[in-house]
Formats: sequence, C-alpha cells, structure tokens
Amino acid sequence: MSATNQSKAFQSRIGEALGNQQAHTNFRSAMNMLMENRLKQFPDQEELLHKRQRADAIRAHALRNLPALLEKLEQKLVENGIQVHWAENGEEANALIHQLLSQAGARSVVKGKSMVSEEIDLNHYMEERGIKVLESDLGEFILQLAGETPSHIVMPAIHKSKQEIAELLNRHFPEHPYSEDVDTLTQQARQILRDQFRQADAGISGVNFMVAETGTLCLVENEGNGRMTTTVPPLHIAVTGIEKVVELLSDVPPLLELLTKSATGQPITAYFNMISRPRQTGEMDGPQEVHLVLLDNGRSHIRRDEELLDTLRCIRCGSCINHCPVYVQVGGHAYGTVYPGPIGSVLEPMRQGLDKIGALTSACSLCGACGQVCPVQIPLPKLINRLRAEAVTQQVETQGVKGQGSLRKLLEVWTWKGWRLIFGSGLRYRLFKLLATRLRRLTPPKMGGWSRYRTVAKPASRSLDEMAAKAGFDHE
Amino acid sequence: MSNAREAVLGRLRTNGSDQLGRSIPSQVDDTSLGREEKRQLFTQQLQAAHAEVHHLQDGDWVNWINRELPQRGVDRLLAGGAPAEALEQGMVNTIELQPYQQPIESWKEALFSHIDASVTSTEGGIASTGTVVVWPTPQEPRLMSLVPPIHIALVDSERLCDTFEQMMNADQWAERLPTNALLISGPSKTADIQQVLAYGVHGPKQLIVLLLG
Amino acid sequence: MAMSNDRPSEVYFLATCLTDLLYPRAGLAGMELIRRAGVRVIYPKRQSCCGQPAYNSGYRDEALKVARHQLSCFPRNIPVVVPSGSCAGMVSHHWPELFAGEPDEAEAVNMAGRTFELTQFLVDQLDLQLEDLGEPTEIVVHTSCSSRNELGIEERIESLLAQLSNVTVREQARKAECCGFGGTFSIKQPDISGAMVQDKCDALEQTGATRVVSQDCGCLMNIGGALEKQGRTLQPQHIAEFLLERTNVSN
Repeated sequence: MSATNQSKAFQSRIGEALGNQQAHTNFRSAMNMLMENRLKQFPDQEELLHKRQRADAIRAHALRNLPALLEKLEQKLVENGIQVHWAENGEEANALIHQLLSQAGARSVVKGKSMVSEEIDLNHYMEERGIKVLESDLGEFILQLAGETPSHIVMPAIHKSKQEIAELLNRHFPEHPYSEDVDTLTQQARQILRDQFRQADAGISGVNFMVAETGTLCLVENEGNGRMTTTVPPLHIAVTGIEKVVELLSDVPPLLELLTKSATGQPITAYFNMISRPRQTGEMDGPQEVHLVLLDNGRSHIRRDEELLDTLRCIRCGSCINHCPVYVQVGGHAYGTVYPGPIGSVLEPMRQGLDKIGALTSACSLCGACGQVCPVQIPLPKLINRLRAEAVTQQVETQGVKGQGSLRKLLEVWTWKGWRLIFGSGLRYRLFKLLATRLRRLTPPKMGGWSRYRTVAKPASRSLDEMAAKAGFDHE
Repeated sequence: MSNAREAVLGRLRTNGSDQLGRSIPSQVDDTSLGREEKRQLFTQQLQAAHAEVHHLQDGDWVNWINRELPQRGVDRLLAGGAPAEALEQGMVNTIELQPYQQPIESWKEALFSHIDASVTSTEGGIASTGTVVVWPTPQEPRLMSLVPPIHIALVDSERLCDTFEQMMNADQWAERLPTNALLISGPSKTADIQQVLAYGVHGPKQLIVLLLG
Repeated sequence: MAMSNDRPSEVYFLATCLTDLLYPRAGLAGMELIRRAGVRVIYPKRQSCCGQPAYNSGYRDEALKVARHQLSCFPRNIPVVVPSGSCAGMVSHHWPELFAGEPDEAEAVNMAGRTFELTQFLVDQLDLQLEDLGEPTEIVVHTSCSSRNELGIEERIESLLAQLSNVTVREQARKAECCGFGGTFSIKQPDISGAMVQDKCDALEQTGATRVVSQDCGCLMNIGGALEKQGRTLQPQHIAEFLLERTNVSN
C-alpha cells in the first residue's frame, strides 16, 4: 500500500470511529475504570517508581542477553520434555503448528488468549486447511462469533455492549434463551465451552513469561480457560515471541505484580499457571505432548537498534493503551492493527514497515501519559518521535527500520525548509514578525482542520520583542 | 526448522552482550508480617476476590466437610492423597468419595459432569495477594482444582508467606518445580461483558479455603 | 542538571515563537514578574524558536538548524526562563539528543541544564511571594502535558495559586488528560484533536470556573479557540498574566 493510501485508509477508519458517539462513551467509561483500578494498586509513587525500575532492568537484561537466554531456555525445555520450534515469521509458525496438529490428527482445537496468534492470523490459516480453532477466552469467543478482531490487547471485546453480546450468543446458540444478564450469559458460555474443552484434540496458548533457568512457561488468566486449554487436551502447543524470556525464576514475581496491577488493577489474577513438563509417568492428567513455537516475526530486526529495542521490553499489560487520550477517542479498531494504542504505534510500523502503517505515528499528541505508566519504562513518546524521523529520513540504511524514508513528501520537505529559512535566521525571523504583526488583518479566518473546531488566533499587533524593548527590558 | 533457529540466533548475536552479569535493583518490600497479620491479610485478599475462607483447627476440616457439603448439595467429592486418606477415616456417608486414580482419558465425561466438588492439599499460601499455591502430584492431579465447580483448598497456616517472591526463594522453587505449579487466587472470573464482573466462567465457581491451625 | 538554588541576579527570557507572535502580553507579564522580584531580565532580540515543530515532525536536520540559531542567542551561563512547559522541555530534555555528536553539543547541553519553565523558576529559584489584591474568583488550572509528564512541575503552578487568598481553584474531571494540541498533531490529525479539545472544554466548563489558566500558550490557544468557537464564556489566560493581574498594585 503506498504511503498516501495507507494514510487515507487510516484517516477513513479514524473518521468512522470518531463518528461513533456510543463507542466513545463505552471506551471512556472502560478506560476510566481501568485507570482508577490501576491507581488503587499503587498508593505509593516512590515505591511504584522503584518497582518499575526493577522490572525495566529485568527485561532489559534479558533482551541484552537474548540469544544466550533463548538457547538456555530451549535446552531446559527440551530436558523437561517440551519440544521447541523456531519460526522466522507467521507463515512458518502457522505451517509448523499445522503440521503438529495434522500429525496428531487433531480436528477440534481450543485456543487460549494469545496476541501472538492474532499477529500470525493463526485461526484463518487453520480454518483454510479444515481445522477449526475455537477461542475459549470469553472476550475472544464473543469476537469469534461476531467475526471481529480485538480492540484492546487485554480486554478484547471492550467495544461490545452486553446487548450485542446477548444477541450474538442467542443467534449462534439458539438453545440458550436470550438474556442480557451478565451472570446468565457467563453461565451459557461456560456450558458451551466446557464441551469444547472436554472434546478438544489440542490446545493452543500464548505465553506471558518463559523462564530460561528452569524451562518454564508461565500463563496469566482469570477465567480458567488457559488452564483448560493447556491441561485437558492431549496436545498443547504454545506460541510466543522470542522476546518473552527472562533469565531467572525469581524475575517472574516482580513482573507478574506489575502486569496484573497495571493491566486491570488486580494484585494478581485468579490463576497463574507455571508449566515445566508434559505429563510424567504416573501423572493422571496434563498433555502428553507439549510444544513451544518461538516466533521472530521482525523482533530480531527491531533488536538491532539500540534505542528501538526498548519496545521489546513490553509485557503486554495494555496500560499505555488505557491512558492514551487518542485511543479513548478512536478505539482499537481505528488503528487497523493487531496491537493498537501507543505500543501498537511503535511495534506495528517496525514490524510491518513504516511504508505500510507508519501513519500510526501521527495519531499521537506526544502527551507522555503512556511513558508515565509503562511498568517497564519503555520511553514510548521518544520512540514514536524517533519513528517519525525514520519515516521521513533521507539516509536509508540496509539494516534500518523497515520502510525508512517512505513517508518523506516533497511538500513537507519544502515546508520545513522554508520554516527553517525564516526561523533559523534572526534577521529573517524579525522580518517575518514585522509582516505578520502589521498585516495581521490578513490572517485567514479559516485554516483547514483547525478551524473546524476553533477560531483562528491572529498575530498580535506588536511582537514580544517590540513590547519588551518598549517596557525597558535589556536585550543584551 | 533449524534454519529458522540459526537465522534468528544469528541476527540476535550481532549485538548485545555475552556476559550474563546482572545489575538489577533489589526488591522493594522487606516487610515481614507477623503470623496473625499474615492470616488476616490472606483471608481479606481472598474474600475480596470472592473466595470463601474458614479458619479451622488442624483436625477439624473433615468435620467441616461433613457438616457443610451436604447442605450445599454436594453428593460426589473428588479427593486424593493425604486428604483422601483422612476423609476415608471420618467422612459422613451421604457424600460419595471419588478418587482420581485413573488417567483422565478414561473418565473425562464423569469428571466434567458428575463431580460436585474437590478437595486438595496445598503447598501453602501467599498473604499479600490472597493466593493458594497448589502443586499437583500423581495423587492429586491438576484438573482437581479446575474442573469441579467447587474447589476446597486445605492451607496450613504455618505455610503462609508474605509475598510470592519470598515464598519462591524460601522454598527454593527454582530447584524443584513440579510439572505444573499453580497459583490460585479466587474463583474463576471475567469482566469481558461490558466490564461487569462475573464468576465461574471456566474454572470453579467457588473457591473455599480452609485455613488450618 | 539543576543549578544551585541561589537566587540569580539576571536571567534570559526565551519568548517562544508562539508567545512572541500571538500572546506577547503573556510573555511580558512573565518578564515583569521576574523584574519586579529584583532580577534583571534580558530579552535577546534575535531569538526565534526552539525547533520543536520540526523535531516532532521528524525533520531533525531542520530542527537542528533552527535550534542552533536559538542556542547562539543565549550564550552566557545564566538561567533561561521560558513561559511554556513545552518549549522549556524541548530545550532541557530534547536538545541534548538533537545536538548529540554535533560540534556545539557541549553548549547545547549547557543551555539545556540552565533552562527553566516560568512557574518552575518563580517557585524554585525566586521563591516568589505573592499577595492577592483581586476580588474573589474561581478558576481552573490546565497543566500542559509537558509540564506534567516531561518536567514534573505541575505543583509549581498550584503552589503559586495557593498563595492567592481570594482565588479558588476548581478541579476538572480527568485533569491530567491531554487537551489535544500536541503542536503539529492538531494539524495532522485535526479531527482527533478536535474531539479531544471538545472533551477538555466540557470538563473545564463543568467546573463553573470563570477562567482557565495554564503554563502553556499552545494549550491556551487550542482550548481558548475551541471555547470561543462554541461561544462559551470561560476565558483562557496564561499564568503569568493572571498572577501579574492579581498582584500588581497598578491594577
């Protein structure tokens, strides 16, 4: 998609989103709740800062030593009986997973919530090959019925009202009577999915943290579907990004605490599941076969950049999204990407290329709210600004950011050149001010998008340097 | 796919470091709660997450089972290991004790549909988060604490730790992790429907913690 | 980075292009407040812009050229006071990166280390004492995102206002939320920006205050322009103008 087209498509999605007042109201109330709940968990700002610094250091350490830790992780997992596979991209990952499912003769598959599986569009790939993958996380399950994608990385169905959900459930499962009562709907989903868990030939999950020291896969959840997916079927396939590894088991508690508190304001989730082995001799349940697919999909490339690699510290809490004043206006779908909001605006252009989706970096006022709340202190505003520079740079490097320079437009280049000619010279700037102030009545009353919402400010009749001189201030 | 492995690792090796030297700030809270404080915090946190907590004397839990479960409509109780032994001794005969002695494949339907509750022992608990730590064994398998709609967890109050980190270090988890270690902090829940909290999604609808001693 | 807290005898005033061109009275009020406190204020005539608009648009080479000119206007090792959190932040927080590897990097880093937003300077360096001479009034404060998230100085403006005995400060809902200006953001994404400023105006108006006061003319231009377009009566004012108005005997 050309630079112009991606921008047009993005603008069109934004326009549609802004026109939906109901959605805005829903997002407002949801984001307010998430922000308030998070704040309640962090009453002491100094303590919070210290925890963030610690979590930052743990993740940074892991990224710095990523190849060694991945090798150690693989070694430990294999010792434990878990099989490890590597995939450079989504296509490879899906092919691998499909092969594993085919070999096992798996017809019905249940899946726990996994953003990486969204990233590689796993469900579609399998469906095209005759394997139905059923989402088991309630939010994802609802979206699957609706044929929609998540609008938030932690609360995927945040954009759906309970009426819409009630209608969806009743339409797809008419044996369950229509109800808008949340408890009733929950019990209906429980019954429907329980059958699926019982019958499934395989379970697919993501991973929140993987521990190199012990060869352990850790999963965070509240519903219990994650445990169902990774325990009931005879085959468990976990797929996740290569950046999710930490060195020590003791690295996990500080990250877990910040993850749950930042994401939903919970001291901990209902379940924290730590898987180190497949079913052992004498054990009565658990999968006999456990596989881990390690996905690169652009991450190793991102890691080459000393500044941009900070993005890979992300523990997917969604806090940046919750606090973003742009996200609350447009919602998740406007971004048109798997990961929305601030983290999405950095990750997606780097993953897909600035030429494909670099326009996301413009949907940010650089307010800095995201950087303030990130539990691992990713400097998101700085990275967004960096990507803006990469998008218009003239210096294109072979190992640089994907799509470098692809958004450089002649008109903009000349505008900034002109700006620099004026503002970069004391003389020309003073001349410009003279004209602007003396000819202020010629200021156009309408200035594009600005005046759709605001009156246009005119230059003052005298600039500050004139007023300062008149008021007797020295200029040297 | 070793090609992918080499390609990925090759790219990763172009920068970063070879030394695994760590310089990470130490943990924040060196809080040390007293025994009673721990019990109270543990109880409070669990109750806030909609779990039920009862403080009982060591030997009393079987009596509690006998008294309470029939009233709650529990006909079949799943148990294994030490709890099963204790129950075999003194359980009332209105409740059928179901052992978990066969691999899941042979009785999945029954487990999913005909078990009303389970009771398991635990590794201990974490006070700050209201967490019950379950380390399944061949005698007390994993699905016991997941499938039945009611899960009763027996927690020794001497085995309460302040934080997850403290417990992990004190009990040397890194050296002895089981196949599957579980941290359970309440009944199953979700807020996916219009951010309204609902309980009993896929895991147990009720978590009952019997804090002993 | 912080200079000693000894009261300086003289300072530079960095106007910011926005204040220089559109809101000079706010800049003048800032200069008057400092002069009134017995500090000599120097206004370098050739000063223009800190370079932020180009920097935030990705045109760092152009930003550097303009910033370089700006740097040359403030050569002496005395504090630089800026009536804007956004521009103060550009110099103090982003110039070191912008000038990294450049021959004048050291000078830029030096200037970054002695640049202060106005309210920060008034409180931290001048320990300004204020006596309220005005009638009772109710205002609401909008702290710019740069002042809050970049510089961490939101409570300076609050502490200055707290000294004014006849001023009641109301608090708006979601006060930490961005007003939607973001400089070039309001041009590149006018409709998102428009939606944000609408929400902000609603929240500000709901407080019942008569004036909205801020450290940043950018925010004020954004909010004020929206209020005016909607025919609302809430009036925007820069904190320097407000403080001078409340405390100047000649008023």
